[in-house]
Amino acid sequence: MRLTDDLIATDIGAYLEKHENKSLLRFITCGSVDDGKSTLIGRLLYDSKMIFEDQLASLEADSKKVGTQGENIDFALLVDGLAAEREQGITIDVAYRFFATDKRKFIVADTPGHEQYTRNMATGASTADVAILMIDARKGILTQTRRHAFITTLLGIRRLVLAVNKMDLVDYDETIFNDIVDDFYAFADELATDLEIQPIPMSALAGINITSRSDETDWYDGPALMEYLENVPVGDKRRNASFRMPVQWVNRPNLDFRGFSGQIASGTVKPGDRVKSMPSGKQSTIARIVTADGDLPEAVAGQSVTLTLADEIDASRGDAIVTADDPTEVSDQFQVRILWMNESPLLPGRRYLLKVGAKTVTATVNAPKYGIDVNTLSDVPAKTLELNQIGVTTISLDQAITFDPYDANRNLGGFILIDRMSNDTVGLGLIDFALRRASNIHWQAMDVDRDALAEQKGQRPAVLWFTGLSGSGKSTIANALQKRLFALGKHSFSLDGDNVRHGLNRDLGFTDADRVENIRRVANVAKLMSDAGLITLVSFISPFRAERQMARNMMADGEFIEIHVDTPLDVAEQRDVKGLYKKARSGEIKNFTGISSPYEAPENPELRIDTVDRSPDDAAEEILDYLRENGFLGA
Amino acid sequence: MPQLTHLDRLEAESLHIIREVAAECENPVMLYSVGKDSAVMLHLAMKAFYPSRPPFPLMHVDTTWKFREMIEFRDRKAAEMGMDLIVHINEDGVREGVGPFSHGSAVHTDVMKTQALKQALDKYKFSAAFGGARRDEEKSRAKERIFSFRSAEHRWDPKRQRPEIWNLYNTRIHPGESIRVFPLSNWTELDIWQYIRREGIEIVPLYFAAERPVVNWNGVDIMVDDDRMPEDLAKTAILKSVRFRTLGCYPLTGAVESTATTLDDIIQEMLLTTTSERQGRVIDVDQSASMEKKKQEGYF
Repeated sequence: MRLTDDLIATDIGAYLEKHENKSLLRFITCGSVDDGKSTLIGRLLYDSKMIFEDQLASLEADSKKVGTQGENIDFALLVDGLAAEREQGITIDVAYRFFATDKRKFIVADTPGHEQYTRNMATGASTADVAILMIDARKGILTQTRRHAFITTLLGIRRLVLAVNKMDLVDYDETIFNDIVDDFYAFADELATDLEIQPIPMSALAGINITSRSDETDWYDGPALMEYLENVPVGDKRRNASFRMPVQWVNRPNLDFRGFSGQIASGTVKPGDRVKSMPSGKQSTIARIVTADGDLPEAVAGQSVTLTLADEIDASRGDAIVTADDPTEVSDQFQVRILWMNESPLLPGRRYLLKVGAKTVTATVNAPKYGIDVNTLSDVPAKTLELNQIGVTTISLDQAITFDPYDANRNLGGFILIDRMSNDTVGLGLIDFALRRASNIHWQAMDVDRDALAEQKGQRPAVLWFTGLSGSGKSTIANALQKRLFALGKHSFSLDGDNVRHGLNRDLGFTDADRVENIRRVANVAKLMSDAGLITLVSFISPFRAERQMARNMMADGEFIEIHVDTPLDVAEQRDVKGLYKKARSGEIKNFTGISSPYEAPENPELRIDTVDRSPDDAAEEILDYLRENGFLGA
Repeated sequence: MPQLTHLDRLEAESLHIIREVAAECENPVMLYSVGKDSAVMLHLAMKAFYPSRPPFPLMHVDTTWKFREMIEFRDRKAAEMGMDLIVHINEDGVREGVGPFSHGSAVHTDVMKTQALKQALDKYKFSAAFGGARRDEEKSRAKERIFSFRSAEHRWDPKRQRPEIWNLYNTRIHPGESIRVFPLSNWTELDIWQYIRREGIEIVPLYFAAERPVVNWNGVDIMVDDDRMPEDLAKTAILKSVRFRTLGCYPLTGAVESTATTLDDIIQEMLLTTTSERQGRVIDVDQSASMEKKKQEGYF
């Protein structure tokens, strides 16, 4: 099986000419823990002589040290490459291995069997052409077998090898093999209509039916595994579909050249073809297919090219160039299937980033309609989606995108979801259909509550309560801070003693009772604003602890941030920007805080700002850091 | 209708990856090690953006112990391609006189390579760095994603790798974090050689066999490339027809006896050989999990 061609030694040039044009098959091994996935890959590498002497030596040493096969070589150690995996004797993450025969080059992904590592299994499956589903002949079809069969077909694999392994441990019993195969067919009927299944009885450890058919299973007349892998068609089905290319990068080296670079998702394209740029729908003709090796007369699915168009039409990253005969659809609301891949469950109503093709948008994921039981493939009730759970739900986007249903085109119908705070990839999804065409009025399935309003603004609401003496610099700092928030695209509003007293509180004076009422009203307004999702900046002297405590109690936990603008009286009086201290000293103003009315400094403010020798900009930066560190500013 | 060969498919995938980084990452850089994999990676970058130039600079972390031929090749190539080239040297290490002969391979590699790389990434605040590593090189690389995330301290956490679904790469990071991107992840050593041959990519002549002065150091034949080699070692040099399967610091790069003077010879030799490529690298033989450990400490 290895590159045993005599030409290597005799005429390398001729050999290379012959082998430069091999096809490439990508496959995965999957199935439950201990069904022999890693062993099978080790066997394939070993039998195809892809293991070098030095690797074999270290494998033999490791097998004796930590192997599970006694004195024999433990092939699993070849693929379990992480220290944690070797210590625990389990596969945690997908490993990629490479081998070639005289016919083909192979990339194999060995995927973990444990349910908790399903997302790593999905990673491997998502780029594979074929899946080898391993089954322990003694155990038959397990939940994890069904889960993996389900996920591989969900991710688009349509060729499945049902590898009934460890046949040596059941005396190569044909009945056992047939029962397992029948069991699986009954389940697979529900999976996908165009699924091709090849059952093979084998023993990866003993090398039965791996490279060639073995006598032990003389009742089996199908191919050995390698025969199958070498001959299964890899002809890209996407090639016969309609032409689509997501625009990945706009190529503009100078004013005379404007190209659209991308990898062709499906179909073929030639100069002269009529195309549309979606979602705008503007039509043009392909002028050139530009590559560094010269212009191409034709390009096909899978190639990375640069297209130029006959007309000056505007397309940017995230748009798609598609055939004008059968353009993609455009919408902003979809029914989707989602596989959740994060420890924190899906939060219905929360906004996630959604990446499809080269486009990233913001998506609100609604509560699931139902989950899917991987054992029975039936619907089960679901309020959310937990790690590794699969469900059907609807999503709405902040802008319309161009797409194909997933079953028609994986590249324009498959998406990932990214958490905006953690930046983790938390889910993968498939677009089933659009709920409506774009352009109608907007629609929201969820309640528009305070969380939704804050989510929409990409921030957490906060009430920044600036307290301090008159002339301490509260409004100046608040103003500097608000400019910064605005520049960051954050939504804020400033409530200032002066502006509120001219309107809402014009009926109030400066007696202690009026001061309390003043603060009560302002606190209520601030609460409404934080319910609206805003970051509210309140600059009031607010001299009494009790009133500030009252305001604090009105806000949601953690939303009230008391900022003591701590300017000593003599400094504030020296500044006396508005000339108020002078009037207070002369008795012209009564009940003036600090002079004729007390100021109760906060005991435990969230922030204390010393304004002596500090610019308002410095102070604003410090507050901004605080907001950032405490997650108020979003991702 | 054109049939895509395995090299075509690998090339298309790499072009997609390289463009994706340019489109989404704020401040990318291409790590250029002057070896054959870097040569292929640079060639792919030129193709990805043609007729534009790649919108990022090249960076070489120079340990000051690279083969002289590599440095000449590097400077000439960057100029020919019209690429900006950043060369970073750990000046602290230079001041302290760190080198493989005086400090051993582990200290030298850590100070002049790993620490130097971290210094450079911090200095220029690169948010994404292309590397030419392949999954067939080593067991922990076989487990690594194409887009591989590093904490603000440049650490790799193999237990927290993001799912990587289809060709949809999540490039989002928090301030201070960065991404290593490996466009050659799915290439094998043979693919690299076949591609170099098909595309006519120029590589450093050290890959081809020639008469070179070598000495045996710690069981490995290394080349006498300059006069920094300890005298009593250097004087044992003999002329041998050798070549190098990988290129790095000359005292840490084992030569193999060979008469392969053409690409076809090299490929033939490789196909008939019985040891893996990295065996010539002195740093990997310490312990089997050593690469994973190095990566967790910030090695590429």
